[in-house]
Order: sequence, then structure tokens, then C-alpha cells
Amino acid sequence: MTVMAARVPGALPGTAAGVVPGAVTPSGGAVPGAVSPPAGAARLFRAADASLAGHLAAYAALPQISEAEAFIEELRRSGLEGRGGAGFPVWRKLASVRASAGLSRPLSSDGTGTGTSTGTGTSTGTPMSRGRARRTVVVANGAEGEPLSLKDQTLLRQAPHLVIDGLLLCAALVGASTVSLFVSAASHEAVRRALSERPDAGHVSLTVAPEAFVAGEATAVANAVERSVSVPRDHLLHLSQSGIGGRPTLVQNVETLAQLALVARFGAEWFRSMGTPDEPGTRLVTVSGDVPVPQVLEVAGATPVDAIVAACFPAAPAGHDGSAPTAWPGVSAVLVGGYHGGWVPGSAIDLPLSRAALAVHGAAPGAGVVHVLGSHRCGLDAAARIAHYLAGQSARQCGPCVNGLPALADVLTRLAARSRDARLPAEVVRLADVVTGRGSCSHPDGTARFVLSALTAFDSDVRSHLDGRCEVHAR
Amino acid sequence: MTEHPAVGAARLHIDWTRCDGRGLCTELLAGRLARDEWGYPLARQAAPGDRSDVALSPGELDAARDAVSLCPRQALKLTSAP
Repeated sequence: MTVMAARVPGALPGTAAGVVPGAVTPSGGAVPGAVSPPAGAARLFRAADASLAGHLAAYAALPQISEAEAFIEELRRSGLEGRGGAGFPVWRKLASVRASAGLSRPLSSDGTGTGTSTGTGTSTGTPMSRGRARRTVVVANGAEGEPLSLKDQTLLRQAPHLVIDGLLLCAALVGASTVSLFVSAASHEAVRRALSERPDAGHVSLTVAPEAFVAGEATAVANAVERSVSVPRDHLLHLSQSGIGGRPTLVQNVETLAQLALVARFGAEWFRSMGTPDEPGTRLVTVSGDVPVPQVLEVAGATPVDAIVAACFPAAPAGHDGSAPTAWPGVSAVLVGGYHGGWVPGSAIDLPLSRAALAVHGAAPGAGVVHVLGSHRCGLDAAARIAHYLAGQSARQCGPCVNGLPALADVLTRLAARSRDARLPAEVVRLADVVTGRGSCSHPDGTARFVLSALTAFDSDVRSHLDGRCEVHAR
Repeated sequence: MTEHPAVGAARLHIDWTRCDGRGLCTELLAGRLARDEWGYPLARQAAPGDRSDVALSPGELDAARDAVSLCPRQALKLTSAP
């Protein structure tokens, strides 16, 4: 199995420039045009540089997409799911926005400008909004509020044109009258430069997200674009039905858009030629924590977590062969999916990075965060610190979140501090339940899930702590 | 004794960004809404997914309408089931 590709430069100082190609496997069907489909797991960082010329040399222009329904069917066959965290099927979101907009006809090929030299060229028009169709909005979400994730800013800095291709294509598919890119400050300049290179992107507005955990939440993105207030908002209807300005709104993560732009070029069958039936294609992961070389990697779907970690050890073999490298230090646990994800105990990190395999640990691939906790660190200490961070990241709008998350973090901190109070674990469970489902966004739910996973992953240490001891720190 | 809401029943939507925990709704709908330790409405025996859109029985509709109109924060809406 091909495991690793694209040791992505730029995420950390000191890594070499350029892309280390993944192992080459026979490619899928040949595509007419200037370029062959990327082989192996190195898909998203094929361009030599971030320029439009580099992009076109690596990927060529997007082919003409004349039938919206047919392309959405192709996306369904590809199995591409959102890469922002929730993992919602991309085709379904697109179909939902189109249905809300009253678009049932195929994408017209006359006025949409698809197949221009630089991409989908929607110009500034409203290609699908003739007749009775409602106007729609498309937003590329590169806010990446998760501090452990660097993959979106890395993608936007290295391959902005793939993202813009995907954004313009989605805009054409739903007949968007407003098209926005929402990015973190770290990628703003690269994206601004990329947009300025494209004659077909003059209508795309660029907004910089604040550095806040909840800034990337979809309704917060809608708020930021509409009202310049980047906090989640109450919603009775899904954004695809009523979002920005009451219009059907499509918010897609930037990696999702880049992957979509590849499916448009090379097809669903090619997309599925990497990964597994459940986790097709590749995904970007950000590996951090107790590894010598934290980095962003592009990996095949369902790559084992330990293989991803091993790739960050300089002595590690390029491909995972089942044996740990000699320099492998103990791994206590790996936090998978980010601060709203779950801890996978060190004994279980041979599990694949897949939703099905990780569910038992309350984790999911999410936005591709893989955070390593070395065996010299107390997991309860680490979890308590993160819980306090998450409590501090509440947008301070919803009472149960404002009050409940600090209370939850405090109880976990008492447990981490070896307070000999046998009621503490039950109190963590109770508070986690009290906050769940009671906010305008999923921040309380995600925080509760994270804290509960710490109790499970470190359960034997929980018992030690209640006894005044710690399995890691003898003192 | 709380009447079980019918399938497709009306729901009381809580806008948490407006709710201030004044507690009027929890008095009008005492059988359906408790208060958490900070005073915010907590749907009794509701799955997490139903706690922001609380299913109501037909007998609770009048009280729910009062709660919607009397909520000092205008944090409540009556909706039909999704």
C-alpha cells in the first residue's frame, strides 16, 4: 500500500522546499489533455510553485463542466467528503443548495465560461440565476481556527489555484452571485496574489478570519462574510436553505474544494484509486506534538495512525512496514481529529485514520489533526490544559457554553491535580452531558466529547490520580 | 406527568445566543423544561439533538405560545418538526 506522499514544505522551518513524491503506482485511466493524472498519494502539491503558470503546468485547465447534475453524480461516485471536520458528503451539500435555489436544469454551457484557459471562469455574472432561481452564495472556508491544524494554510500558500478552481466550479454549479474566500492571516497574502493572477476571479471577495477556534464554524463564516462578526449564529434552517442574506449558501473547506477540482479533472474512478472504499482519495493531515519533525502530509485515506506518526521521525522508513523505527519513543496516546476529536490510546494507534475504525475512541479523521502525546506526559494534564483553552474559546454567546465549559475544565483540572475525590469522574460525565446539544454551534458538544475521550483513554491513570498517584509523574 | 409529544409535533426552538436564563419558560413549561445550575432551560429527558428544539405535546402548545410571547429576550420560537 502506498502510504505517504507530499511531505509538504512550509509548515515548519527547516524542511526542504519542494514536494517529495509518493511511491509511484500505475495511474488510472488516461485523461485527454496536457497532463496525466497524479499517481500515488502526492496529488495536491504537484505544482512546482504557487503561481498560475505552475498550476496550469501541473494540472492544466479545468475541463468544461457542462452538465451540473452529471458532475454532482460524479462527485457522489467519488465519495469525496468535506475535509473541514464534519465530513459531510460534498455532492449532497451541492445538491441541497441547488434544490434550495430552485435549480433543476443542467448547468448551461453557454454563459458560464467553463473551460477557459484558467479554470471555470464564471466571470462576474450569475450564470445560473436566470428565470426563477434564487441567488446563492459560495464561501471557501480556510479559517482553520483549530490551532493544531496547519493544512489549510499550507494548501492555500502552496496550491491556491486548486482551491480557486474548486471555488469557481462550485459557484458555477449553484449559480452563485456572491463568491468569497475566507482565510487565516497566514495565507492571506498568497491568496491575494493568486486571485490577482486570475482573470476569472475578479468577483471573488477575500476576507481574513480572526484567530479564534470557532471562527471556522460554518455559521460563524456566514456571519463574518455578511456582518464582519465572526461568531456562530442561531439557525433554524440549514445554511444550504437560508444562509448569507437569507440566500442558499454553500460553505466548503478549502481542501475539499481542491479535491473537488481534481475530481473535475481526473474523475471519480481516479479519485478512488487511493485510499479505501470507505475513505477514498487522499487527505491532508497535520502531525504535531511529541514528534521530531511536525509537518503537514498528504496521505491515502485510512492510512494507519502509527504510519502517519512514523513518517515524522527522520529515521523512520518511508513506507510503513509494521515495525517501529528504533528511535521510536513511547507514545502515550494520539489525539485524532483535533481539540474536538478524541484520544486514541497508544495501544490502538495501528488503527486506520477512518471514521469507522476511530469511532470506538470517540475520534474521527475530522480536519486531519494527529497530535502525539509522548509517554513522558500525563494525558490528564494535557487534556485539562486543552479543556481550559476550549473554555476560553467560547464565543460567549450561549449560557450553557459560557458557564459549563469552564466548570468542566475545572473538574478535569482537579482530577489531573490528583485531588482525592472519587466523585470527580462522574461530575465530568454529568457536566459533559449538561452542555451537549445546548449551543448555537457544536463547540460545547465537541468539547464534551474531547473531555469524555480523555476519561476513557486514560482510565487507568484516572484511577491512579484518584489515589493520589500518577502513572507518568512519580512525584 | 408529561404527555409524550407526537411524531411531527411542534417544537420550541431555543436561541441560545439570546437566552439569558430568566426562567419564565421553565415556569410556564415546568413539565418539559427544567433549569440547569446556571438557570438556563434544560429539556427534561431529551436526547442531545432535541435540546435546542424541544418537542412539545399538544397540551403544551398554549403554554409554549405564552413562553414565546413573554420571553424577555425573545429567545424562543415555535416551529414544526423538521
